[in-house]
Amino acid sequence: MINISNINIFMKKIIIIGAGTAGTIIANKLQKINRNNRFEITVIDKQSIHYYQPGYLFLPFGKLEEHQVKKDKKDLFIDGVNLEISKVSKIDAENNRLIMEDGNSKPYDLLVIATGVNIRPDETEGMTGDLWYKNIFDFYTMEGAKKLREALKSFNGGDLVMHIVEMPIKCPVAPLEFVFLVDEYLRDRGIRDKTNIKYVTPLEGAFTRPLAAKKLGGLLEERNIKIVPNFGTEKIDNEQQMLLGYDGREVGFDLLVTVPTNMGSNLIESSGLGNELNLVPTNQYSLQSKKHKNIFVAGDASDIPASKAGSVAHFQAETIITNILRYFKGKKMKESFKGHANCFIETGDNKGVMIDFDYDNEPNVRKIPFEGIGPFSGLSESRINHWGKVTMRQYYWNILLKDRFSKILNLIK
Amino acid sequence: MQKTYLGKQLEVDENGHLVNPEDWSKEIASAIAKDMGIELTDKHWELIEYLRKEAENNESMSIRKVGKSGIVTIKEFYNLFPRGPLKNASKIAGLPKPESCL
Repeated sequence: MINISNINIFMKKIIIIGAGTAGTIIANKLQKINRNNRFEITVIDKQSIHYYQPGYLFLPFGKLEEHQVKKDKKDLFIDGVNLEISKVSKIDAENNRLIMEDGNSKPYDLLVIATGVNIRPDETEGMTGDLWYKNIFDFYTMEGAKKLREALKSFNGGDLVMHIVEMPIKCPVAPLEFVFLVDEYLRDRGIRDKTNIKYVTPLEGAFTRPLAAKKLGGLLEERNIKIVPNFGTEKIDNEQQMLLGYDGREVGFDLLVTVPTNMGSNLIESSGLGNELNLVPTNQYSLQSKKHKNIFVAGDASDIPASKAGSVAHFQAETIITNILRYFKGKKMKESFKGHANCFIETGDNKGVMIDFDYDNEPNVRKIPFEGIGPFSGLSESRINHWGKVTMRQYYWNILLKDRFSKILNLIK
Repeated sequence: MQKTYLGKQLEVDENGHLVNPEDWSKEIASAIAKDMGIELTDKHWELIEYLRKEAENNESMSIRKVGKSGIVTIKEFYNLFPRGPLKNASKIAGLPKPESCL
């Protein structure tokens, strides 16, 4: 049994790898309760710019500009958090230390892995061939989103295919939002009637949850967007401009907008900590690594069956902070994370819907109070939901990342 | 929800997966497969056993992982269990719908 008073005598080294949404929220939240400097909190990331990833969706349509979706990471942490821009080459979990690229090692008492997931077009045969960034684009990177914007400008009709290679992906509603927005965009340009929009997915419907799949599937139908379900992508034929399915189906395209396979960081692979997608096996309720008691996994980096989305990372923070404190006190982990996710879904024409769900509950249709700013109605389309998403960007930079909820709630009261 | 296999009324969920693991047997598996238009071969059985063993060890499952199992390639997996191979193979193996999506 660890003596509780020991925590105050020795400063504990907590390292968070990854200064994205999850890592930033956790570092700031932890620092706020860091009384008597019990913890030395260091966040390590290999690059210095924080991208507001939900903004990527709007870049191809000129609804947002690059400068609106990025900030310097150093401006996003509260005083007391150390931010270090450098590259970790291995997590040596057995010896509680990181091996840095320069060969130095960094010991830790507790590690939070928040390294996210990245797109891997190289995982699909033919994706990174001649057509890549000519007829095939992603919008999950700044580069892809910017290049797609140019491609859309010169698009004059034909087969436009939105495509998901395999699950899980970050923000599973983003591809749906893309087709709603592209439908609006093409109507504005007067070329919608010259364009077939298809939605090719490995899922059996528009979404994984039945109720939401039905509602969102209905919205696709209303907009004359054809869904091609249960599609397992074997490869892309560059010559014929076709997606080839494992079951022999073929889908031709003039413009392919794809969500490539999402995989965890190479660091997870080289450290031997991941599964087949480089995701870290994690207890889905306590968010503790299944293998190492002093490692917690935040945000997209884990293998838990929750959506990979910023809102999920935010809801996880409470559980992770609680369990970090309990770990140092030698107490049992609290299994309090229930898979809670909520997402605004842009449906075009300045409208949107919101879904809110968790491990056990289907997306609901109740009015949802949104951290004191709501309410927003659930699965019905409305303008207020769209307003929520647009406001979200300011909210993200100024409130969410810096954990300023309590202050805002007090102002409202 | 209930479904009748081999004259037995069995509890299934809304996707047709068995609710009670103890209801599963090789005979029931063959009956579920037949219902889906699949005749089980040795390769099918090898996969079913693999999926059941992984589930027993609380391992999460994905099509990609099956492709790396050394038993079949992903292409062969699609041929054996057409349209949603992991979902269909799990159903025949008496396992819940895989959680790898979302």
